[in-house]
Amino acid sequence: MTAIGVARPAIIPGEISVRGVSKSYGALHLRKEIVRDCSFTIERGKLTVMVGPSGCGKSTLTRLISGFEQPSRGTILLDGEPIAGPNRDRLVVFQETALFPWMTTWDNILYGPRARGELTKENLAFAEFLLAKVGLQDFRDKYPGQLSGGMQRRAELARAMINNPKVMILDEPFRGLDAMTRELMWEYYARLYEENRRTNFFVTTDIDEAVFLADRMLVMCNTPTQVRAVIEVDLPRPRKFADLVENDRANDIKKQALSILHAEAMRSFSRGSKAAADFVDAYLKRANHS
Amino acid sequence: MATRLKTIMTSSTFWRGLAAIAVFLILWEIGARSKQWLAPEFFAPFKSLLGAMGFKRDYLPWIGAVPAPSTVLATWASVLGQKGYWQSWYMSFFRVMSGFIAAMIIGIPFGLMLAVSRMTRWVAFPVFEVLRPIPPLAWVPASIIFWPTQELAITFITFLGAFYTIVINVLGGARSIDVRYFQAAQSMGSSRWDIFRRIILPGTLPSIVVGSAVGMGITWEVVVAAEMISGGGASGTIGSGGGLGFFIWNSYVGGSYEQIVVGMISIGIAGFASSELLRWLGRYATPWLKAR
Repeated sequence: MTAIGVARPAIIPGEISVRGVSKSYGALHLRKEIVRDCSFTIERGKLTVMVGPSGCGKSTLTRLISGFEQPSRGTILLDGEPIAGPNRDRLVVFQETALFPWMTTWDNILYGPRARGELTKENLAFAEFLLAKVGLQDFRDKYPGQLSGGMQRRAELARAMINNPKVMILDEPFRGLDAMTRELMWEYYARLYEENRRTNFFVTTDIDEAVFLADRMLVMCNTPTQVRAVIEVDLPRPRKFADLVENDRANDIKKQALSILHAEAMRSFSRGSKAAADFVDAYLKRANHS
Repeated sequence: MATRLKTIMTSSTFWRGLAAIAVFLILWEIGARSKQWLAPEFFAPFKSLLGAMGFKRDYLPWIGAVPAPSTVLATWASVLGQKGYWQSWYMSFFRVMSGFIAAMIIGIPFGLMLAVSRMTRWVAFPVFEVLRPIPPLAWVPASIIFWPTQELAITFITFLGAFYTIVINVLGGARSIDVRYFQAAQSMGSSRWDIFRRIILPGTLPSIVVGSAVGMGITWEVVVAAEMISGGGASGTIGSGGGLGFFIWNSYVGGSYEQIVVGMISIGIAGFASSELLRWLGRYATPWLKAR
């Protein structure tokens, strides 16, 4: 790919450490703790996947790490410095899509440089490179509404990457895509990561997705959320989806994660919440699958 | 443009619409001519009933009292040559446009201010919400007293008609922009001005278009009534052009029922044309919406 001869900015992966973070919403007796004393590290240059049931507070953690919200207690550090507000060094790819509907693909990708007044020759060339990289050259003047779901996610990846963030944060980015497109996007995204080795933080509810993508897997428990287990996913890269279906090691890891989630589901179930029922449903679907 | 016209002309929707209008005109013609075709004896059984309802007894109720489309058309043809008729068009259009454009110039920035500034919302929104339910026509006497000329008074009334709708739509549109767009823009290093210019403004544009289209409709409703009430502006004669509202009122006073209908249909056409113009401009302003 470098054959095109584009001067690409050097990637400087960052490391995020979350230390004793709690987050509550509401006032007085309505106050509800979503995250409780949560600590983990998003290691430098690795793809960390956070997996947990829906509604468990993963998105809250994402917002805290992105800087859109402040923790009630505890600190979040990027390379040892406490984070203060949103910044280009931690870019988010959102659930569904957050491409600006009123801008073409090209203008969306160039948004960051344009906003910062960095519309240099290098950045334009880099944008061109990224556009080709995500395979959207023919769609540069189309609006997001004219792109398919998969194309939108790829455009959004390009829009984030042009800012050369230290950490990429992806909050269930492939949710809402059909199964076929999802698998293609996994392979596509894994390749992108393998080429760049940027620090990536990926949030999902899908075990298959987590095992396929992750270097490290954080298995979360239900609200108030905490890390229940950290699983090192030592599968070889580059990864192909077809290889992993029959891979024993991958299946072992999946079972390990599922048993933790199962225990978590049972614990929640005994408390009889709506979230617990959802959790059990999701678990059963997965268990029958593998 | 020519190809667009061709698509319209060959579309079945267009011909269906035309057929519906034709059927309506025919039914109207039949109804209006009922007094010539139906013998008075026919009405005898209904005599007392219709009489009790206040109808003359020798035509079909309601529709029989309305001039037939053929006579309306004939009157229209004769009116077309009169300078006063076109002057009425011009006056009403002028008032609608000045009121409407003033409402956009003041309403859009005001709506955006309400959306982005909490201070403005605290200070201005309660006043705005108290004034909003007052119908524009309730302002007629006050504005005649307040404004130095009748012309300004009528324009002010039309302005009010569009103003509230535009402000409410702009405010609602700006406030309903997905928070993720702001978050994305913020994390990519946007300044506040940049977020306003590149996110809030385009994000509100579809609501501005909708608000304007609705506001334009209200403006036409209001201008006609304002012209009737205030006597058609500075010189209240049809010759000097009091607007289409005054044209109708004057025809009523003069007993020319055909001309009333001519005036009504003229307003229908005028309102339709302005809305179409606005829709057309709106499509240009928001190209990403048609691209779906």
